[in-house]
Amino acid sequence: MKRLLLGDEAIALGAIHAGLSGVYAYPGTPSTEITEFIQADPLARQRGIHSRWCSNEKTAMEAALGMSYAGKRALVCMKHVGMNVCADAFVNSAITGVHGGLVVLAADDPSMHSSQNEQDSRFYAKFAMVPAMEPSSQQEAYDMMAAAFELSETLREPVVMRVVTRLAHSRAAVEITEPMNEKPLDVCTERWVLLPGIARKRYDSLIEKQPLMEQAAAQSPYNRRETGAAGSKLGIVACGIAYNYVKEAIGEGGNILKVSQYPLPADEIRRLADENEAILVAEDGQPVVEEQIRGILGAGYPLKGRLTGHLPRTGELTPDNVAQALGVSTAPTFPSAQHVAARPPQLCQGCGHRDVYTALNQVLASYPDYRIFGDIGCYTLGALPPFKALASCVDMGASITMAKGAADAGLFPSVAVIGDSTFTHSGMTGLLDAVNDRSNITVVISDNLTTGMTGGQDSAGTHKLEAICLGLGVEPEHVRTVVPLPKNMPEITRILKEEIDYPGVSVIIPRRECIQTAARHAREARKQKEENK
Amino acid sequence: MKKDIILCGVGGQGILSIATVIGEAATRNGLCLKQAEVHGMSQRGGDVQSHLRLSTDEIWSDLIPHASADLVISMEPMESLRYLAWLSANGTVVTSSKPFVNIPDYPDAELLEGELAALPSVVSLDIEQIARDLSSPRSANMVLLGMAAPYIGILQIEQLRDAIITVFSRKGQAVVDANLKAFDAGVAAASK
Repeated sequence: MKRLLLGDEAIALGAIHAGLSGVYAYPGTPSTEITEFIQADPLARQRGIHSRWCSNEKTAMEAALGMSYAGKRALVCMKHVGMNVCADAFVNSAITGVHGGLVVLAADDPSMHSSQNEQDSRFYAKFAMVPAMEPSSQQEAYDMMAAAFELSETLREPVVMRVVTRLAHSRAAVEITEPMNEKPLDVCTERWVLLPGIARKRYDSLIEKQPLMEQAAAQSPYNRRETGAAGSKLGIVACGIAYNYVKEAIGEGGNILKVSQYPLPADEIRRLADENEAILVAEDGQPVVEEQIRGILGAGYPLKGRLTGHLPRTGELTPDNVAQALGVSTAPTFPSAQHVAARPPQLCQGCGHRDVYTALNQVLASYPDYRIFGDIGCYTLGALPPFKALASCVDMGASITMAKGAADAGLFPSVAVIGDSTFTHSGMTGLLDAVNDRSNITVVISDNLTTGMTGGQDSAGTHKLEAICLGLGVEPEHVRTVVPLPKNMPEITRILKEEIDYPGVSVIIPRRECIQTAARHAREARKQKEENK
Repeated sequence: MKKDIILCGVGGQGILSIATVIGEAATRNGLCLKQAEVHGMSQRGGDVQSHLRLSTDEIWSDLIPHASADLVISMEPMESLRYLAWLSANGTVVTSSKPFVNIPDYPDAELLEGELAALPSVVSLDIEQIARDLSSPRSANMVLLGMAAPYIGILQIEQLRDAIITVFSRKGQAVVDANLKAFDAGVAAASK
């Protein structure tokens, strides 16, 4: 039976059909749809598969590790920078090992369509010394989930599954199979206590497993050689989605080594090198494989890729730049249009964040040296015209902590703008630092009661923000709540000025539901009413 | 046989619904399909695009190569010009003629019309007016699909109509009927 599925949906359904018991994730483009699919899937609901959004990728990774410890299959999903957040748990899960299968899904974003960088999650798998899989198609993404869980349980190690935006958010027909049952509760009897004495033994065990991982990759049905036209002496290593672009360009004509499972099969690389006069490495993201192959073959072998300029060093692969590297490109027929202007995303008309920035800009205009440190969410768009309010946006939660550090150095006023979901993701610990150090910062938690930028998912701290701030020790008189509407400008600007002038930690919480989620809730309520009639 | 189609417009204009209908028709009629889209910008007024590839054979790249798009179907005139690098020499641009101005430096409508007129094959109509005339302002995207239908080639108009029924059935008969009317109006308008 075939279903039309996004890459993300294929991963989700593949996991459910592989007997998944829990998906742990924080929203992040382009991975968000995986958890949303599982939350809505009838079989997942029937089985009670755990799928509630987590506060951040670290709590997600750890919860998944706990489920694995108890013998069941768990999936962790995140965008590439989410790997940075869960790195501690992830790297050490390779030392503890796993019990029930554990798959870590990293959705990378070459070209940074909606991210701060284009880091390559395959480095993380290599860093932790665990296997990785990189599907070339939606069908492979579905099929590989069962294979990944099985490999994880055979090796007793987590397995990384790596996709990119262009696979995650592309739809194709997928042949689906019968679902497997979940695994029963079977609590691990090993001690996953990483005291040095125990950790050293477990680390030795991880090292001993490396040849087994290499063997699994060498024998993997997802890595395969294709021999093409007799005349061609160019070997092509095509990783993950790059395989599609190579096939688009040259069809059946190529000497291709398709790589979709790691560690990189070194013997296959050497064989390809021996049978050809040069190798082109086509990989989406960073030159992970290219650097490794340089190490396997040495500096003398003609190797082409991102590091040599045959493919662009930055940005995603496209059918065009791959065709060009293969010498078969077609130039555009028409020149680019002259009168097309950029149309960047904007805050919705009527969004509460607009009122927050209007108020901030108005009040701070009277202070010569202010800076507003921003964070990650819809409100990051406040950096663009018409508000142009932000001095920084670096990583989740950095608004508060950068504001603190700059205030420590003497900056005044030092203001942070953070969303409600980002605040519970990683703003709370920064606020605690500021409270303990009595820093002179003004924190604005712009609460739209949702995780907005990624499509309106639940926010972990909804209805708890004031209590959290008080619990962290912010003085009650300096936790102020307002409703960000144009008619409330006089009140909001007065409160902002008071709190900026207060030489300590202030938290202002402008709260108004995101207009998109509000509209969705209204639609759902209307539908419910219709059905109840 | 293949058909590569770029769908484009501004977030919120219903572009992805067009892709869904074509996709449903293609799948129902045994064609291979790949459809790549951008998420996130749809609610925030930015430009959106989808690469939709239909074929009787296996499709490799999810993205359409340059100079390969047989059709650019656009809900907005300036957006229709953003993808000229992908338009094939024999390709057609089917677009709404009404600008959606949500940026301060939107170009003069005449300049856009001039650039469109210079292309070998263009169909440009005020789909929103057509939809309003039918009292279904929210079905402008189906008018556009109707306009594009004769150029899709690899699918018949009847197959697209059936797909509209399937895709919108869960929203009730009234919505299905409104969308079919809009689609038919688009087909009629394009044939003039």
